[in-house]
Amino acid sequence: MRRPAAVLALLAAVSLALSAPALAGERHPSQAEMEGEIICPTCHTTLDQSSSPIAERMKAYIRERIAQGATKSRIENELVAQFGQSVLASPPKKGFDLLAWLLPLVGIVAGAAVLGLLVWRWSRGREAVPRAGPAGLAPALDPELERRLDDELSRFDA
Amino acid sequence: MPTLKSEMGAKPLKSGVQGATVAVVAALFGLLVWKLVSQGNGGVAKTVDTGKIAVAPGWKLPRLDGGGTLSLAALRGKPVVLNFWASWCEPCKIEAPVLEQASQKYAADGVAFIGVDMEDFKSDARSFVKRYDVSYTIVRGSRALWEPYGLTGYPETFFVDGSGKVVGHYAGQIDVKQVDEGVKRALAR
Repeated sequence: MRRPAAVLALLAAVSLALSAPALAGERHPSQAEMEGEIICPTCHTTLDQSSSPIAERMKAYIRERIAQGATKSRIENELVAQFGQSVLASPPKKGFDLLAWLLPLVGIVAGAAVLGLLVWRWSRGREAVPRAGPAGLAPALDPELERRLDDELSRFDA
Repeated sequence: MPTLKSEMGAKPLKSGVQGATVAVVAALFGLLVWKLVSQGNGGVAKTVDTGKIAVAPGWKLPRLDGGGTLSLAALRGKPVVLNFWASWCEPCKIEAPVLEQASQKYAADGVAFIGVDMEDFKSDARSFVKRYDVSYTIVRGSRALWEPYGLTGYPETFFVDGSGKVVGHYAGQIDVKQVDEGVKRALAR
C-alpha cells in the first residue's frame, strides 16, 4: 500500500520539477532576465556580462521583441533559430539534453534509496539478539563445541 | 552485535557500490582524455600556416538568399575562396569591396567566392550584402565550423584548390595582394 503512494509522490515531484520551467516560458520576461539566460556567441558569457558588438545587437533585439509583447519561449526560439542551441544558457528540455535536467533528480533519488537501504540493514544488524545461555547471562555455546568440552572435562576429571 | 548473516549480506552491497564508484570515475576520466585528444589540434588553419596542405572540412549550409543549401562538395573541381565574416565585424566591412572586386576579376577562371556569415542576425547579414553590393554566394555558417577550420575570429579567408585542398589561409582583414596570391596558388594546383 505504501509503495504505490511513494511512486506517485516521486512522479508528482518529477512532473512539478519539469513543468515549472515550461510554464515560465509562456510569460513575458524582463530584459534583465533574458540577458541573464542568453549566451553571447563570441564571448561565451551571458549577455549581461558582455558588451561585444553582437551582444549589444542581441540585447537590442530582445528589447524590441519584449516591447512587441513576445513571450520568453518565443524570443528564445527565435534566437536559437538565428544562432543555434548554444545561445541558451540552460540546456533545452528535449532529446538527449533532457538528461541534464533528469540526472540530478535521479542522482538524488538513487542516493536517498542507497542511504535508506544502508540504514535499514544497519538497524537490522543491531536488532539481532544473541542466544542466551544458562541463567540468561552469557551466549550459549555451539552444541558440538559444548559436547567436545564436556568430553575433555570428563577426561580431565578422570 | 552484527551476525554473520548480516555481514555476508552487506559485503555484496559494499562491493557493488565500490565497483560502481570506480566505474563512474573511470568513465569520467575517459571522457576527459577523449575531450582533450579530440580538440586542440588547431584545425586546418594551423596546418596550412605551418606550410602543409590540408583537406578542407566539408559542410552543407543554408544560403542567405533562401535558395536552399550549398555544400563544399558541390564546388569540387573549382578553386574556392572561403571567407568567414559577420556584419558586426569592422574589418569585414573594409575588406568586403576587395573580395567583391576579386570575385568579378576571377569569375572567368571559374573561381568561386563563398562568404560564410557567422554568428549574425539574417536581417543584418542581408543589409550588409546590400550595402556592400556583394554578388557572390553567401551561406549561413555555424559554430560547428569553428574547430575543424581552426578559426580564431573574423574575418578569416581560406583558399581551396579544385581537389578540395586548402592551399592558403589569412586571418584578419585581407587585401588585394593577398587575395591574388591565394587565388594563384589555388589555380596552380
